[in-house]
Amino acid sequence: MSGYAGYVGRRLAQFLLVVFIGINIAYVVTHASPIDPVEQSISAVTSFGNTAPDAIEQMRRSLRELYGLGGTPVEQYLTFWKRILSADFGPSMSAFPTPVGTLIGRALPWTAGLLAVSTLIAWVLGNLLGGLAGYYRQSRGLKLMGVIAMGLHPIPYYILAMLLLILFGFIWPVLPISGGSAMDLPQTLTVEFVGSVLQHAILPALSLILIGVGSWFLGMRSLVANVLAEDYVVYAELAGVKSSRILTSYVMRNALVPQVTGLAMSLGGIFNGAVITEKVFGYPGLGSLLVDAVYAGDYGLVLGVTTISILGVSVGVLAIDLLYPLLDPRVKVS
Amino acid sequence: MVVFLRDLLRYRAEFRIGLVLVAIVLVLSMLASFSPYPPDSVYVVPPDLPPSSTYWFGTTSRGQDVFWQVSFAIRNTLLFGGTVALVSRLLALAVGLISGYKGGWIDRALMSVNDTFIVIPLLPILVLFYFVMRDRISWLMLALIMACFGWAYDARLIRSVVMSLRHREFTQTSLFSGMSTWQILTEEHLPYVVPILFSTTMNNMVWSIGLEVTLAVLGFTDINTPTIGGMIYWANQHTAMVAGIWWWIAFPTIAVIMAFIGLFLLAVSVNAHIDPRSRLWSTGEAS
Repeated sequence: MSGYAGYVGRRLAQFLLVVFIGINIAYVVTHASPIDPVEQSISAVTSFGNTAPDAIEQMRRSLRELYGLGGTPVEQYLTFWKRILSADFGPSMSAFPTPVGTLIGRALPWTAGLLAVSTLIAWVLGNLLGGLAGYYRQSRGLKLMGVIAMGLHPIPYYILAMLLLILFGFIWPVLPISGGSAMDLPQTLTVEFVGSVLQHAILPALSLILIGVGSWFLGMRSLVANVLAEDYVVYAELAGVKSSRILTSYVMRNALVPQVTGLAMSLGGIFNGAVITEKVFGYPGLGSLLVDAVYAGDYGLVLGVTTISILGVSVGVLAIDLLYPLLDPRVKVS
Repeated sequence: MVVFLRDLLRYRAEFRIGLVLVAIVLVLSMLASFSPYPPDSVYVVPPDLPPSSTYWFGTTSRGQDVFWQVSFAIRNTLLFGGTVALVSRLLALAVGLISGYKGGWIDRALMSVNDTFIVIPLLPILVLFYFVMRDRISWLMLALIMACFGWAYDARLIRSVVMSLRHREFTQTSLFSGMSTWQILTEEHLPYVVPILFSTTMNNMVWSIGLEVTLAVLGFTDINTPTIGGMIYWANQHTAMVAGIWWWIAFPTIAVIMAFIGLFLLAVSVNAHIDPRSRLWSTGEAS
């Protein structure tokens, strides 16, 4: 058991490091800018008509406070951390006076739901098909699937999402192309609402799955090909173990271990894809929130979504890491 | 190296297809030097013309010839990917070689940082970067910041190769014959890393170009420099799809997809060729 505790401790330390470095990058990025965001906002406001000088001065002070630009660099740094730890990003400028936290809280379930379901489907489907393709190398159907996976995998999320949008929005309009649910339905837990949510999720989920499946498929296929050459597989074959059993309990199970690590490692990249997909399909999650916040010039909201994304992805990685020993019992021993 | 390339050409269909795709895209991008119009001028040709013998890819609503625009755009996009790949390769090499060769606490510390950079979601940070820089954001700046994030995964690959080399006899020999760490890494270990370096370069370009297209489409880059994403951005601004000017979006999309699939196939085939087991398998089957 001490082995497991040590493992958990190391993973927790890694989690804290990710959050620490991530937040520091966000700090450097926001404070290294040669443009003073306060002066920029003020000149945007004062370009319309006359404003009293003392009102400008007051505005400058409150904006400096909002952007966390008061005091020495050390104080600014501490203020930055204090705000993030207390999840206080102030009121949103574009949806005044709703706090940034509320807006993020509203968007988060959409992103988390879409991401979790599509990632899971892509991962399971890709590994299953990839495992079969690695095992039954001569199958024509699975070979074809490999070619498709190779063609789909490198295409960036935006291009694929746009192609789906054109296909199902203009050429063959059968699916809703925008929004998270039908506008006229109240957001309560009724069959109608859930159905509408699922229907709206099809296209964004499909674009995430199509790209995700490819990479898991290709990864699993080459892993299985490597495992097949191991002595224990050859021995199992010679001992007359049924091939379905060899595939599932001998080959796939061992090949899955690096794929779980792969899932944890690519979570950040998958999240990037979800941001774009949401924007393309007008899905009411964090991605749309982030992009709209930039268009609206809402500093608090952009910073809030960025830090929550870093935190959310790190939590996801930690969760996968903690489940990892279930699959690989060696972790508990070492 | 020559034998390596010859075998790749002979036995890997993916490599051949990839090479052809990349060659087409490269030729297209080099044609940009012969463009009759400067890349950022607008209204130099009649707007909204469909593809014809005069304007092969049609013209945009901004009065630009789509063919020459695509040519400039793919050139800039490839240059962007190349810059990111070059800078991030240097970082990946440094971290991978040192981490793999030194081992111990240096390895653990570097890999912790490395894993952090793999996990952090980059897109929100790039969007934040655009938000604070606004119009000051330049092509090179974006390339450098992406390079600062794009090295981590490949550093891990390089590290694993160097780790296995460390225990080989020739490393011991060179150590005992008085070579410095720097000499061992650059003269003895680097040649083993080169094929991986090549395949990760392709993958890294696919990655960075994908991100650049995404950012540009949203308008979060220097949109006045023509890139593939920038073209789609302007097409969206002029609602080209609704207006039926499909060629404005279709041609840059086709060009960039060709570049993506070409680069990816090159990376995959080189990768498969490095692995001796799968090399035997494919060459054995072909002969």
